[in-house]
Amino acid sequence: MHPSCSDDPPLLLALETSCDETAAAVIDRNLAIRSSVIASQFELHERFGGVVPEIASRAHVRRIIPVIDQALKQADVELKDLSAVAVATHPGLVGSLLVGLTAAKTLCAVLDVPLVAINHIEAHLYACRMAAARDVFPAIGLVVSGGHSNLYDCRAASEHVLIGATIDDAAGEAFDKVAKILELPYPGGPSIQTAAAGGNRNAFRFPRTFLKDDRLEFSFSGLKTAVLYEVSGQPGARHSPPPMTDRRRADIAASFQEAAVDVLVAKCRQALHRYNRRTLLVGGGVAANARLRERLSEMAEQERVDLQIAPLSLCTDNAAMAGIAWELLATGRTAPLDCDVRPGLIRRK
Amino acid sequence: MTSEVRFVADDETETDRLGRALAAAVEPGLVVALVGNLGAGKTRLVRGIAAALDVDPRTVSSPTFVLIHEYDGRIPLYHFDAYRLRNEAEFLELGADELMSGDGVCLIEWADRVASSLPADCLRIEIVACGETAREFHITASGIAASRCLERLIAKLGRGMDE
Repeated sequence: MHPSCSDDPPLLLALETSCDETAAAVIDRNLAIRSSVIASQFELHERFGGVVPEIASRAHVRRIIPVIDQALKQADVELKDLSAVAVATHPGLVGSLLVGLTAAKTLCAVLDVPLVAINHIEAHLYACRMAAARDVFPAIGLVVSGGHSNLYDCRAASEHVLIGATIDDAAGEAFDKVAKILELPYPGGPSIQTAAAGGNRNAFRFPRTFLKDDRLEFSFSGLKTAVLYEVSGQPGARHSPPPMTDRRRADIAASFQEAAVDVLVAKCRQALHRYNRRTLLVGGGVAANARLRERLSEMAEQERVDLQIAPLSLCTDNAAMAGIAWELLATGRTAPLDCDVRPGLIRRK
Repeated sequence: MTSEVRFVADDETETDRLGRALAAAVEPGLVVALVGNLGAGKTRLVRGIAAALDVDPRTVSSPTFVLIHEYDGRIPLYHFDAYRLRNEAEFLELGADELMSGDGVCLIEWADRVASSLPADCLRIEIVACGETAREFHITASGIAASRCLERLIAKLGRGMDE
């Protein structure tokens, strides 16, 4: 028990259960992250050779209460200290989203505090705003992860217009599948980066789909298939590929990574030009890739653009990025207690 | 009741022709199992089918991470991906049962990973890469609705199909 001082900024609890991770965080109105807890299923992922364990809602049900407890404990606060509860309700898997939303609604009903429904993708971009500790809007936003490769025109903190996406594989998915082709461990992002560190990124000229085209879309499927053919040989070809060595693996990883990064950087540049924006926000798991961060910085310098990449701790799924809830609260955009999740399975135009 | 046909596509234009023919042949409630290695072109075929059902092809992408996409076509399309699933229970927990018995067409990538959860009446398409863009499609129908679909497909395609 600690006395609460009247000039302490108000606190909110944020929950995140949209995909594989169960996460909770306490964030104050000055956007300071008081605690951030992620029940990472990483060890399990690895044990099952890259196939996700129990993506089902059961895992979230089991973890949500301990994760909330831990987040409160780390922040040294109690439930009664909370002014609001925020939860990601869109997009994601319906069963998973419902676990977070049900927990959030229950807390709101018991504590009599407002509920804030947040968009998981917008939160990824807001992580950049939190790290910048100042206003960064309007901006172009890139969210790159296992499930998304989306470009947004971010007109305001919670007003994002989708201006481009992948037409096949997401960038993170390409990293994971190429890692599998190269027999590198899961998750693919870090292991490709490690393998690529000793490789020659110009050893192979892999395709950079749409690189020069005047369109803000991504396609990583052809790149993945090109790597597959380099490793396993082209179907029907008379000659088999050279045997795999550490050197060859490193060169392929580095060349693949360079091709993926080339396209991501080029499309950000195109979007900045097309929408005449001077700020670029980059979030999502793939934003943790060191080569991508390096190349984005170079581009930003050339273009004299203000680049805000989410810090490593806020790239992969987490609840702390839900600080966007304070923006919504400030403009009265709370959610009723009978609100529903919006899984976003329907991809309308 | 099982029948099988083989379709050879020399390039992606031919793959799209198969996609269009499939779109014209499917009926609400049909389950289509897509089987093939990484890079075989499962998502590519789904895009062809979806486009022919008035879905914006740019909105069709791999559901590997998000597990399921739904497209609002002339017939509702449910695009599953079992690549990341560990077991069949997870597939069913996605609501697959409900969607497979609904009024849309279910297109399931990596369907061999959830084979025993698929209905008996099902159209199976195995994709084999036989060149850079050349693909062979082995199409099998088991059950009444799938066989009906296969007959319509054969009538639609005619050329290029070996029974």
